[in-house]
Amino acid sequence: MADSSNAFATTGRSRRGEPFVWLTAAGLTIGVILTLGLLGLVVVKGLEVFWPDRLEVFEVDQDGATESVAGYLVQDRTRRDLDGATHEEIQVFRGNLELYGEKFLFLDKADIRDTSRPDDLLLVERMEGGHVIGTAARIEFGDGARVGAEDPEFGDRLEALIEENEERRKELKEIEKDQIGRNAKQVKELTLRRRLIEDGVESGSIEAIDAELQELQAEFARLDEERGEIRERLEADRFLVASADGRELGIAGGELLHVFEPNRAGFFARLGETLRRMWSFLSDDPREANTEGGVYPAIFGTVVMTLVMSIFVTPFGVIAAIYLREYAKQGPLVRAVRISVNNLAGVPSIVFGVFGLAFFIYFVGGVVDGWFFPNAEEPVYKSGGILWASLTLALLTVPVVIVATEEALAAVPRGVREAALACGASKWQAIQRVVLPASLPGILTGVILAMARGAGEVAPLMLVGVVKSAPDLPIDAAAPFIHPERQFMHLGFHIYDLGFQSPDSEAAKPMVFATTLLLIFIVVVMNLSAIIIRNRLRKKYATSSF
Amino acid sequence: MTRDDFIAVENFSFFYGEKQALHDIDMAIPERRVTALIGPSGCGKSTLLRNMNRMNDLIEGVRHRGDIRLNGHSLYDPKVEVISLRKRVGMVFQKYNPFAKTVYENVVFSLRVAGRNRKRELDEVVERSLRSAALWDEVKDRLHDSAFGLSGGQQQRLCIARAIANQPEILLMDEPCAALDPTATLKIESLIRELKEQFTIVIVTHNMEQATRCSDRTAFLYMGRLIEYGDTKQVFENPREEETEAYISGRFS
Repeated sequence: MADSSNAFATTGRSRRGEPFVWLTAAGLTIGVILTLGLLGLVVVKGLEVFWPDRLEVFEVDQDGATESVAGYLVQDRTRRDLDGATHEEIQVFRGNLELYGEKFLFLDKADIRDTSRPDDLLLVERMEGGHVIGTAARIEFGDGARVGAEDPEFGDRLEALIEENEERRKELKEIEKDQIGRNAKQVKELTLRRRLIEDGVESGSIEAIDAELQELQAEFARLDEERGEIRERLEADRFLVASADGRELGIAGGELLHVFEPNRAGFFARLGETLRRMWSFLSDDPREANTEGGVYPAIFGTVVMTLVMSIFVTPFGVIAAIYLREYAKQGPLVRAVRISVNNLAGVPSIVFGVFGLAFFIYFVGGVVDGWFFPNAEEPVYKSGGILWASLTLALLTVPVVIVATEEALAAVPRGVREAALACGASKWQAIQRVVLPASLPGILTGVILAMARGAGEVAPLMLVGVVKSAPDLPIDAAAPFIHPERQFMHLGFHIYDLGFQSPDSEAAKPMVFATTLLLIFIVVVMNLSAIIIRNRLRKKYATSSF
Repeated sequence: MTRDDFIAVENFSFFYGEKQALHDIDMAIPERRVTALIGPSGCGKSTLLRNMNRMNDLIEGVRHRGDIRLNGHSLYDPKVEVISLRKRVGMVFQKYNPFAKTVYENVVFSLRVAGRNRKRELDEVVERSLRSAALWDEVKDRLHDSAFGLSGGQQQRLCIARAIANQPEILLMDEPCAALDPTATLKIESLIRELKEQFTIVIVTHNMEQATRCSDRTAFLYMGRLIEYGDTKQVFENPREEETEAYISGRFS
């Protein structure tokens, strides 16, 4: 061989490794591109949702007559007919559900005669029925007064209308949730007591209970009346909007949420509107089968569940790992345990969901209910709840923590342990005072990984407590403040619910992207904070080196 | 009066599994003297040293024959508690290994694990130990900084301070200067000469000059056997055994 005799051969055999360098580099590149593409898509699509589009009026030819359609462009596409003809189409959101029966509409570009952007087009958000698009006509107050759009006071009056109705809605919510809720709870308790006394289980005076019940009923009647009044007032005033095709649509004052003029707004006004929409997305409760409003309960549920999960999984995993690594006699049994733990990480997550349902909810929950709530009419702990969901996820992620902790313990230099023992420390003292602090950063890495996995998990949660809509948060102002038995909402499940279970998939699409972006954001934030804590610890416990 | 057989190694053999590391060692280590263990790598000198505070118990599958007595009491008496034994025998390792704690907490570690937490006592111990380890002047203003901020030689002296904090009777040193530069080495050596006023010191070293500079007695081990044991001057200037001469004159290592 000619080149084997040449020590500095630059071609041939000595270069045969290079294609593999390229191959590995290409593999990495593809991976990076895919990840960035995925993140980019989610970020762009997710942020796009909040940017207010300009509203347009399309003059469309419809069987000879011209029809005006107001709305914003959703997508541009080419449709192919069965006979092979192609049509350039646009999809327009035009809202006004009551008038048209559907919020979205496809327009053939060939039929569009004219497009314009009138300044006075309004985009109106309301409680139910989706957005309304049109021009302001007038406000009809309950007392018969009317203010037309041409009135110079019109803008102020509209704003005042929105504000005072917001107050009323708050008042109504207070009455319904707090006062009537408390009343109903007391009635329920008293009725149960009465039944127990009747059955001779408890002693007491039925008359006294009846008197109390009557009082409560009177209170309820009063509250109910108050509620009726507020509802009436919410219905009393109407804001009338003229649609592009000249019809009028009335929105009750109580339904009115927000009015915006996208065509008149400059860049900063649109930016402000974007921020307002983001804030309402983050802080509001969902409306309209989750397709409108915000995701606040889902954010809350996700964060609380992940934190509770970490609180359970960390001590459990760390203690197990300490025993496995430090105390257990290394042999076939320990090896088998270790392999099982590692394999546990590979079990499909839905299996954990089924286990959680059978063990935590049916068995543990049943026992808890039997002990503490023997007379409850509905199961308290024997149904899905945030506690059981957190425990199920803790089980799911415990292998991650065990493996990471074991590795961290193994990485603590032998000399440090020996030094501790040579100072007269017992084995536990050495572990507790020297080995554990030194392995804390590694343990935290495990917890970070566990949190990342737990926060994104959906399948098992569906069996153990996640629901489509849970207006009551697991932590709130009602005694006893923490309600571990409550069902909760979760961002991951929310995405699934929006994407696949929503009655109006077109309307839900933007929410899917926005929620996905938010889920990624929350996971990143939780991880980042854990990483920052870890780096602080790492600095504190940096091991010495030569 | 000092005792000549303060540490008495009696017919001591030691096994790692099937492998015998020490063969019937017999030697008496005098009180408040420095005794050096020398010999080529793998000769068993570290094994012998680590048996004097039963550090080898940590390894699985080891066993021994014979006995080691501290001031007349057997280390291997079933009634002996290893923890209380290690309180009487301090140890300094080849690689300095301070804990990821402050200088102060490093020094008082042995007191804390013994449940002694009174601040005044700890403060006294810190000053006394650091002065004994010739480190006080250098670190007295950074007692509450991380120990890792010190230089290598300072860290090793900190480890010595930590080992003597609880006032042991014996100080075992396993190649204490192996990881240090010559200046730091000289400091540690002069420290060793001072410390022998208070402690019985056994030091393992690869460095012949070090053994001559700071030890009173020298034991030469080879292949797990004690070849020669005597006054340092005699062992180095006038060795009785051929292997000893070969080793100290550098014909093998």
